[in-house]
Amino acid sequence: MSGIRGTASVVGVGLSTRWEAPGRTALELMAEAVHVALADAGLRLDQVDGLLTGTAMHFMPTLSVAEYLGIRPRFLDGTMIGGSSFVEHLIPAALALEAGLCEVALICYGSNQRTASGRLVSGSEPQPYEQPYEPRHPITGYALAAARHMHQYGTTRRQMAEVALAARRWAELNPEAFARQPTSIEEILAARMVNDPLSVRDCCLVTDGAGAVVMVRADRAHDFPKPPAYLLGAAAATWHRQISAMPDLTVTAAAESGPRAFAMAEVAPADIDVVQLYDAFTINTILFLEDLGFCRKGEGGAFVEDGAIAPGGRLPVNTNGGGLSCCHPGMYGLFPLIEAVRQLRGEAGERQIAETELALVHGNGGQLSSQVTAILGTAATL
Amino acid sequence: MGMPSPFDGPGPDAEYRRLLTEGRFCVQRCRETGRHVFQPRVLSPFSGQPTLDWVEVSGRGTVYSTTVIRRRPEQGGDYNIVLVDLEEGCRMMSRVDGPAPAEIRIGLKVRARIARAKDETPIIAFDPDPAA
Repeated sequence: MSGIRGTASVVGVGLSTRWEAPGRTALELMAEAVHVALADAGLRLDQVDGLLTGTAMHFMPTLSVAEYLGIRPRFLDGTMIGGSSFVEHLIPAALALEAGLCEVALICYGSNQRTASGRLVSGSEPQPYEQPYEPRHPITGYALAAARHMHQYGTTRRQMAEVALAARRWAELNPEAFARQPTSIEEILAARMVNDPLSVRDCCLVTDGAGAVVMVRADRAHDFPKPPAYLLGAAAATWHRQISAMPDLTVTAAAESGPRAFAMAEVAPADIDVVQLYDAFTINTILFLEDLGFCRKGEGGAFVEDGAIAPGGRLPVNTNGGGLSCCHPGMYGLFPLIEAVRQLRGEAGERQIAETELALVHGNGGQLSSQVTAILGTAATL
Repeated sequence: MGMPSPFDGPGPDAEYRRLLTEGRFCVQRCRETGRHVFQPRVLSPFSGQPTLDWVEVSGRGTVYSTTVIRRRPEQGGDYNIVLVDLEEGCRMMSRVDGPAPAEIRIGLKVRARIARAKDETPIIAFDPDPAA
């Protein structure tokens, strides 16, 4: 055993699937998800003594969230590394549980970005050496990465459209997904360009919504109503903040976080049954499949062709429909994590992958800036 | 009198901008490793020490990646954003003036020019390199 392998377990998950919630604040949506997750775990709010959270609209999110929920947590963590934060929160949560600093750790997030602004906006401060050129972050950074990947490896817009189509086909199987109407490669390719080579259909949704995850020490996990999802491996990596400081736009720090998470979990990419990747843009899925070792560098475009990551394909990726078709309330990291837990429990309905024992979750934040990989498994994988 | 402390007075960010105001495009070079550094910093990311000196660069570079930001004509129309690799080995965000935004290709050789941002502060923009 190495690191935190098998020391903590997810015993409750909850969503607010109000992806368009006029008149509801981010905290109101988050509280709904917390309520659902605690009920799922058979716990009460006053039993939560560890809080890990972040929002895009509060200066001191952990304080605002603790106050709003009416709890007095004895362990707090507000690591803010963009959308991957909530995957990263698994690491301090597991450490705090193992050290006895808390007994019930709650990771939660909510946003009303769709009804509040209606646009994919970054809450980030301007970057002084980039802002004078008026980039439209976040999309500009991802467009620059996609252009470079296309130049270097011959990746095509059609291959990126395959990613968007696969996401939609999974969403068609998910009654909770926001965008479920059938589409086609041709329709996706004809969409309006935003930042070349990315069109509006290469970009994630802009929704409202919230998620929450409850964690306890693994030695208590069998006392809860639902089958536990054990944290087997987790690792975070960062190589830059601004896209102009990214060493190689075709290689993300997932190439570091992935191998560390796999080593801790003592498994390999070929062992993984279901993959949940942070697909803020179609190029992300291609980059992460490569960097996490599901295919070789430069071959991600070919890997996703012909429905390979869609229902019935060779590797189930983003089975909830992803940020592209399920939901994307500002920061998405908690949602692939919740989908991974549901798949491990066998709760995913029509989109359930049979005999799922190992799930990989990968979070991304900033301008491909933070990469966090987590591997979860059923009791059989401990 | 010893060497001035690298921690005294206005820092590297202000110095970069002051040099641009003087019409000089400079970046820092690490005296331990000889490697050039952008953005301006106090500590060299290569040596971990305050071993950075200002040097004027050639202004020659190559487009590493490019995107066209689509914008309505009434708001000014489409424009480009590029990442340029300077001949000296460091990279910066900028724009290429001249060609239509969609005509700018990865690999294009470019030359730096001091231009003005919207707020009139000097910034680096690039033109296609006529000598390339």
